[in-house]
Amino acid sequence: MPSREKILNRIRHNLGRGPLSDEAAAAARARIEGHSRNIVPDRTNISAAEKVDLFQQKMEALGGTVTRVSSMDNVAEEVQDYLSSHNLPSKIKMSPALSDLSFEKAPLLEVTEGAADIKDDVSLTPALAAMAESGTLCMASGADTPSTLNFLPENHIVVLKANQVTGGFEDAWDRVRDKFGTGNMPRTVNFISGPSRTADIEQTLIMGAHGPRRLHVVIVEDEPQG
Amino acid sequence: MSADTETSQEARNVALFVTCLVDLNRPSVAFAAIKLLEQAGCTIMVPEAQTCCGQIAYNSGDRESTKVIATQVIRAFKDFDYVVAPSGSCAGMIKHHYPELFKDDPTMMVEVEELSNRTFELVSFLTDICGFSPDGVSLDKSLTYHDSCSSLREMKVKDQPRQLLGAVDGLEIREAADREVCCGFGGTFCLKYSEISGEMVDNKVNNLLATKADILAAGDMGCLMNIAGRLKRRGEDMKVLHVAEVLAGMGDGPGLAEGEN
Amino acid sequence: MQVTSRHFKKEAHDALQDAKVQEAFSKVKTGFSVARAERVSELPEFEDLRDSARDLKNHIIEHLDFYLEYFEDQVLLQGGQVHWCSTYAEAREAILKICRDADAKTVTKGKSMITEEMALNDFLAANDIEPIETDLGEYIIQLAEEYPSHIIAPALHKTKDQVTELFHEHHQKYGLNERQTDPQALVNEARSVLREKYVAADVGITGANFMIAETGSTVIVTNEGNGDLTQSLPKTHIAVSSVEKVVPTLEDASTFLRLLARSATGQEMSVYTTFSTGPRRRDDIDGPAAFHVVIVDSGRTELLGTDKQDLLRCLKCGACMNHCPVYQAVGGHTYGWVYPGPIGAALNPQMVGLEEARHLPNATSFCGRCEEVCPVRIPLPKIMRHWREEAFEKQIAPKPERWGVGLWAFFAKRPALYRLATRVGAMTLKALAGKKGRLSKLPLATGWTSVRDLPAPQGSTFMDQWKKQQKRGQN
Repeated sequence: MPSREKILNRIRHNLGRGPLSDEAAAAARARIEGHSRNIVPDRTNISAAEKVDLFQQKMEALGGTVTRVSSMDNVAEEVQDYLSSHNLPSKIKMSPALSDLSFEKAPLLEVTEGAADIKDDVSLTPALAAMAESGTLCMASGADTPSTLNFLPENHIVVLKANQVTGGFEDAWDRVRDKFGTGNMPRTVNFISGPSRTADIEQTLIMGAHGPRRLHVVIVEDEPQG
Repeated sequence: MSADTETSQEARNVALFVTCLVDLNRPSVAFAAIKLLEQAGCTIMVPEAQTCCGQIAYNSGDRESTKVIATQVIRAFKDFDYVVAPSGSCAGMIKHHYPELFKDDPTMMVEVEELSNRTFELVSFLTDICGFSPDGVSLDKSLTYHDSCSSLREMKVKDQPRQLLGAVDGLEIREAADREVCCGFGGTFCLKYSEISGEMVDNKVNNLLATKADILAAGDMGCLMNIAGRLKRRGEDMKVLHVAEVLAGMGDGPGLAEGEN
Repeated sequence: MQVTSRHFKKEAHDALQDAKVQEAFSKVKTGFSVARAERVSELPEFEDLRDSARDLKNHIIEHLDFYLEYFEDQVLLQGGQVHWCSTYAEAREAILKICRDADAKTVTKGKSMITEEMALNDFLAANDIEPIETDLGEYIIQLAEEYPSHIIAPALHKTKDQVTELFHEHHQKYGLNERQTDPQALVNEARSVLREKYVAADVGITGANFMIAETGSTVIVTNEGNGDLTQSLPKTHIAVSSVEKVVPTLEDASTFLRLLARSATGQEMSVYTTFSTGPRRRDDIDGPAAFHVVIVDSGRTELLGTDKQDLLRCLKCGACMNHCPVYQAVGGHTYGWVYPGPIGAALNPQMVGLEEARHLPNATSFCGRCEEVCPVRIPLPKIMRHWREEAFEKQIAPKPERWGVGLWAFFAKRPALYRLATRVGAMTLKALAGKKGRLSKLPLATGWTSVRDLPAPQGSTFMDQWKKQQKRGQN
């Protein structure tokens, strides 16, 4: 008997039943399709502005850095300032998704688009969402958002729109479903909570184990209405 | 206090579960318990057919012997309002493990659950059920209290002993580090894995000694014998008493492993 | 791997004499445990989340076949492949075949306990495929040719100096000749060596903390980012998991994630939580071209319907060992197989046999701290007791132990005889102790007296004194 059947039969036999009854299977299927929420921490139950504040506070506590700019037009300049103030190279690898960014105000930056290469020092990517609950970014891979940019370079800069900041993990899943359709996922969804770290040598915390040593989030505040 | 509580207080009819270690090693603990329970307005009975709660057999995997012993306990403690033990471990055995032991035996289960519901560890019974507080007891010493694992985790005894000890005049309570960590007794564990147990009791003793308290008190004889034995082996003179002895005003007598002087 | 659980007592003795082991393992007390307590205190819903996670896992276990099949359907729909493996041998062969089909010479690996269970590295190496562990702790112990001493901090037993020597010995071939002694420099060195490996590898193998039925995703959780590089740079990604890791929905995974890192390292979230679904999409410019999920059983489904079924709830967070005084005293390797600490004591007898692992469920004081911190409330002491019951029935415990308990039970069942025996016992011990009030040596009780004195009985038993007193009262 193939192992698949062996395992499934063993499960059923040891649980003292055959395959689930139609009724029980329908209930389990409905449970999946309903994907209802379990307990969600009350700390996520705050206003949109408070969510952005909480996200920032949590991300900073995790060792990430956060700045806010008033519009997308100011992102390039902020990136340039960040890199120069940290003595980092001005050559950056950018997600194609950000190709509309204007770099006029940041003449020192050398920007190329594409997936990450082992030689890249700095990446610039968008996020799909962020979760105030734990200061976590949510990134989705796609043709114009290669996920290697989140991991390979030593310095990762993320452009996050304030209206992308949600409360808990479940809110981020709603955004993923909005974008990709229920039951569908891109190849990779990354939750990122701060820069890479390890404590594998004598439980001493060291930053920058394999992923980015620095994680910088540029929050683009909401454009004023009207 | 409500009229209700006062009425039930009059009818409080308590059977003492002595525990095998108190019976054999330190009867003064049972006398202290009786004194406290009487002060709290209880009528005390000591059923003669008791030996032990059966935990040794239970933890050694001998369910059948445990059932025989448990049945003995269930019968002997049938007709009392409450069963009280000066031990979180033995009370926990009766309260939580007897139901587990007989879970497939519906004929026993009614009695077992009924017994479970009226079984208590001494100190929590005094506070939570009797609303008791020691009056006129004084002891001009410092004391550190060790939480036994079964009192703490099975019987939820944590604040009650501290509350009662706090009412003893002149007694200063000093908390030790890692106070919720096991002392390494563990029944037959300390005999079968004596080296590991030795490491654990040494850690415990180090933390207790660091408080520089005069007295160590706890609510379980197993922990007390283990800790007292190790303290004495190391030549330390911290005095070791059951919490009931301290509360009953017997804190001046010799501690465990101390002999007559 | 070589199972050495039967030597537990000897290994424990050696570990207790080893100052390095003592220092290393006492650190979990001040590190992980303290951080956990802080995170727990910050989340008022924590205890409710534990209840909810326990109930959810129980629901999954009762519907395990359904969710596994649903998961499989979704993986296939997304263009991935599923390999069901009843045994370790089948899993090793399945993985080898995928590697061979990919013409693999080297594979990078993320931390995965299930591949430790099946000793995958040795097997791949024996088949001319070089496995490279990328989690720093796993990398260190791979260089040292050892196995994990902690399930989330595999190299917990290694000192910084030992790491310095290991790196110095193994990294000279990359032109790194300087001895690094600073932890940051050591991490940097490993980082630089492993970066080349990620890119060169043909296959990346990771574990999976969860398999999500709803979407056919596998989930890994890391702090280093090694798992992501392992699974996104090579052409082929193999996620190896075990049957009980399936969860229905993304929302359910979210509940477990809220408990996992808090319980494990005392973080709110690990740095990277990655949901992988199928191979790269047609227009994607990175990611693996092939995605395989290897689902392993190897004894787990035999726990279903038994008094140890609750073990299948385990999230492998390590909280039980972080809070276990026995684990802290003897270290991880003493347990003699992949899982140390309370979860090992409860699980390993199933996985390696009760006779081999009989010490493990016995070497515990039943202090209950493991159950107190388990995020899915596995009654670990109760399961260890069930193993003791099985050992008792099968007479696996040594005779003197069984006889000792039997003799005691004989008296405990007979109150009158018991009175007599305790009366004699108490008086004898008191007499032997004399005025000192304690015994420092006692035949048949060396387990006690090798460590501590035995406090002597006060004199007559309580029952005797009480009877006398009652009589006096009546007269």
